[in-house]
Amino acid sequence: MVPLSSYLIVSAILFSLGAAGVFLRRNLITILLSIEIMLNAVNLTFVAFGRFAGDVDGQIITFFVMTVAAAEAAVGLALVIALFRHRESLNPDTFTNLKW
Amino acid sequence: MDLRLLVQIAVIGFTFFMLINASALLVLAERKVMGFMQQRYGPYLVGPHGALQPLADILKLLFKEELRPKGADKWLFTLAPVLSVTAAFAAFATVPWGAETTLFGLLDEPVKLGVADVNVGLLVIFAITSMGVYGIVLAGWSSNSKYSLFGGLRASAQMISYELSYATSLAAVVLLGGSLSVREIVDAQQGTWLGIINHWWIFVQPLGFMVYAIAGVAETNRAPFDFPEAEQELVAGYNTEYSSVRFALFPQAEYINMATMSAVATDLYFGGWHGLLPFYTPLDPLIERYGLGWAAFLAKVSGFLFFYIWMRWTLPRYRYDQLMGFGWKFLLPVSVVNLLVTAAVWLYFNA
Amino acid sequence: MPEALIFYVFSGLAIVASALVIGQRNPMYSVLLLVLSLAAMAGLFVQLDAPFVALALMIVYAGAIMVLFLFVVMLLNAPQEDALTWDRAHPLRHPVVTRFGTVLALVLIVELAYALMRGNDLAQPVGSRASGDLVSSVRELGRVLFTDYMFAFEATSVLILVAMVGAVLMARREGEQS
Repeated sequence: MVPLSSYLIVSAILFSLGAAGVFLRRNLITILLSIEIMLNAVNLTFVAFGRFAGDVDGQIITFFVMTVAAAEAAVGLALVIALFRHRESLNPDTFTNLKW
Repeated sequence: MDLRLLVQIAVIGFTFFMLINASALLVLAERKVMGFMQQRYGPYLVGPHGALQPLADILKLLFKEELRPKGADKWLFTLAPVLSVTAAFAAFATVPWGAETTLFGLLDEPVKLGVADVNVGLLVIFAITSMGVYGIVLAGWSSNSKYSLFGGLRASAQMISYELSYATSLAAVVLLGGSLSVREIVDAQQGTWLGIINHWWIFVQPLGFMVYAIAGVAETNRAPFDFPEAEQELVAGYNTEYSSVRFALFPQAEYINMATMSAVATDLYFGGWHGLLPFYTPLDPLIERYGLGWAAFLAKVSGFLFFYIWMRWTLPRYRYDQLMGFGWKFLLPVSVVNLLVTAAVWLYFNA
Repeated sequence: MPEALIFYVFSGLAIVASALVIGQRNPMYSVLLLVLSLAAMAGLFVQLDAPFVALALMIVYAGAIMVLFLFVVMLLNAPQEDALTWDRAHPLRHPVVTRFGTVLALVLIVELAYALMRGNDLAQPVGSRASGDLVSSVRELGRVLFTDYMFAFEATSVLILVAMVGAVLMARREGEQS
């Protein structure tokens, strides 16, 4: 029998891995992938708690999270394509126009 | 060991074995049928009337040199055909191909003929079929060649576009059958109307079946929708740079996908293993009584595969923009309308 | 016992794949490793009696969104990343700082795990309070989605439409019509 805390710990580790990816990586696409890892970790938490409580609300929230992740990935990738056309680079540190 | 467990493992092994045989036989069947449609014999020399031709083909492919282009990605170049074939075989996991059987009374509880019976089986088929896109995309990209890249991109874009109409036509069948499990959808097609016409879903959903058939053909990159691997335009598309075993896995994946689509169409629209012909024949109760449903299933799947091969060698090829326009602007609205009308009629009769 | 084994296998696979995602230099490998991580999470969902969500994850996330990522990586021919010269001398990249940060992060994870395991409520097996029949039923899922959460459902359809229009608009080249 797997305790609920095991699922939560797995989810916490995945979330921190995603957050580390967002902070440490210097490639726009990898940053977007790390955001997807974070959203997935949250999905796992929701479904685990939903199973624990015995109703389907956790899974329904997971659907909405997936939908939002899809929309955000689409818009984010469109932005990445538009940015790449200007600077020919995927490193976020090259976009320094607004820096003083 | 428990006899029932042994029989279940034997059924799984038998299914896998038959799938591999199907891909070999389809090679021969395609060339023979193509030959007869072009008013000539197909392969004729190897074995009686060319029956051992697949063996010759496979031996030839195995003995060819294994090439890898210089700039090709080391891991992805080998992973791509493996992914294609794995997805093709795994998609057959939740397709049932026969009723329950007790092996003539040897077993206490009947064993279902099929690899697995999950209560969301139809979604499993759909999910694993969408994984097949990765094999083609990776094959196109990792070959480090322009023809392959274009072929891979076009093929995967085509597959994703037609997946939507495919899923919507499946949703209409799920509505009629009342469950996502393929076995239950087949069992809802038992019996006859007025004692004459079999209770198959194709008579209730003719538009849905046409959408499913067209989307299925487009999903497997076959027949009039095979522009990405057209020999005249793109050399060989995404499998230009492949040779020997890695190449052999791509057509094998394509044939297994064809077989899976045909099997799912038979299960969803043609009653699976219930009934042999669209109208009632005296053979039907005999089939039910002696457990020969799998033979009826095999006959229907073979008919469907013949239809696939027939379409390939009869119809001209769609151009790529015509193909995509057809998928998005015609097929998707038609399948959505089909779903709406089915839902409305179902609600009217079951409110 | 087999339940715990399945859980450890899938969660180990998910964590290792995610760690490799953020550690790879080649973005193509990162995308494929994320697909592997998603497949492992689908396995975890099936173990949590949520087969429909697991398959929806595979169809939508791994079958469509990740293919979109793959297309963008292929079309942009995304170069391997390398830190700009000034970035290497950034104070946050000093070895002492990164090692200290790693130790702190590990300490945080250990504390979090300890706190989660101590709570009496959370240490119960995940299937102990309620049976899995209602949770795994697709019919129940549809019923709740279309009655209690109807507004959110309609709102997400508007969201997807807006995202689609926005994405098409932003990825167009300047000066292109239609």
